[in-house]
Amino acid sequence: MDFYKKRTLTFTNSNILEGYTVAGPKENDGRYKGFFDFALEDDMFAQNTFERAERKMFEHAIEGVIAKANLKENDIDTVISGDLLNQIVSASFASRKIHAGFLGIYNACATFVESLILGSAMLNNGLENVVCASGSHFSTAERQYRYPLELGVLRSPVTQWTATGVGATVLSNKSDAKVPKITRATIGRVVDYGIMDTNNMGAAMAPSTMSTLVTFFKDTGTTPEEYDVIYTGDLGKLGSEILRDLMKQEGYDISDRQHDCGGSLYWDEQQTYQGGSGAACTALLFNAVLLGRLRRGEYKKILLAGTGALMSPTTSFQGDSIPAITHLVEVTA
Amino acid sequence: MDVNREITRENYKAYVFEKMPKSSHWKNMFWAFLIGGIICAIGQGFIELYSLWFNLQDASILASGTLVFIAAMLTGFGVYDCIGRFAGAGSTIPITGFSNAVVSPALEFRVEGYVYGVGAKMFLVAGPVIVNGVTISVIIALISLIIGG
Repeated sequence: MDFYKKRTLTFTNSNILEGYTVAGPKENDGRYKGFFDFALEDDMFAQNTFERAERKMFEHAIEGVIAKANLKENDIDTVISGDLLNQIVSASFASRKIHAGFLGIYNACATFVESLILGSAMLNNGLENVVCASGSHFSTAERQYRYPLELGVLRSPVTQWTATGVGATVLSNKSDAKVPKITRATIGRVVDYGIMDTNNMGAAMAPSTMSTLVTFFKDTGTTPEEYDVIYTGDLGKLGSEILRDLMKQEGYDISDRQHDCGGSLYWDEQQTYQGGSGAACTALLFNAVLLGRLRRGEYKKILLAGTGALMSPTTSFQGDSIPAITHLVEVTA
Repeated sequence: MDVNREITRENYKAYVFEKMPKSSHWKNMFWAFLIGGIICAIGQGFIELYSLWFNLQDASILASGTLVFIAAMLTGFGVYDCIGRFAGAGSTIPITGFSNAVVSPALEFRVEGYVYGVGAKMFLVAGPVIVNGVTISVIIALISLIIGG
């Protein structure tokens, strides 16, 4: 296949120093109860609006990860972060309190992996410490993308539940101890297979995930078997099944090692149907769960694919289909 | 879908449609019938009650008002959306659903102030219902005028 330009990068000095997570109450009642650094008892976080609560989660996560890595605020060169709200206000407003540079980014729920790729690339170019953060809030996302919270509507069985939480990671170009590293990455391209149903984002995103995974395996000459696990962002249960079918068709069997961050966040009794979605999923799972497993040597090498559906309510109402993107990083213990 | 058939960009939508979990229509209809029926029965109860003091027309209007008030209260207490989650059309179609559709955005956008928040967004969900309801009733009135003479 040579219809694409080179999209796979190699990094030599992208050390993952620390990860920090702030999770909402429902998320902390889920499958990963107790894994998070800070769990909210109330998703208002002592603020008077949900938007302010989301902002405060960002501030808390960024300050938290800097302290946890034993760094001071002026050790950080740049914060790269983004969220799901219009004009990425949560990430931008939270950065008012931080003296480091700020790069605001948006790739929907693929934002976290996008920030890891950009952060790693900047470390290759001379920066020392970069904070990558991403998150979402159920109540702010519902308002922007769907209905008022108290409106009584029947939810489709293909819907997902926007996760509340923020995850932040410190990447550094040097580390005294042996820490997990981001070693390779593939920048995704925007793929649109014509799905119109905004409830069914897993189906809209799965083809983009297939495209990025296949590109990565072809570019690097690797196979899925070389990785302990392949974590996708928020394809959900249906999206994961579709991805496995699509990958099988391309000649890769990932069924035994593919997991979904959003799909595994909640218990079935929590009635999230297809599982979690939102920019928080990948950031929470990676920082709270996967990083620990890499450090303990349970995983040697993993792939983390951030999946994003790039529509807005305006484009959906105007009858456009849903374009999607998937970015991929390879993390080596 | 036949496992041997290739999934392509062209047949992707059909493939997804076959793969996706379907809503259980019988279950949804059962709950809609039950909850919708209960709401209507309560409404009828109020009509009977108010009929003790008022004529039937006034009693009906008062009963509707009572249902709207109760639904607004339940929306404020965060109960109505829980009913709507399984009752579906059973709690959307009666007048209580209309109350919920007005109160829920009013609550949601209260933080943006009374003018641009509550005032501007209150009919976010109910607005289209009013517009289409009025338009269609005019059309039906015209039809009945022509046919019925």
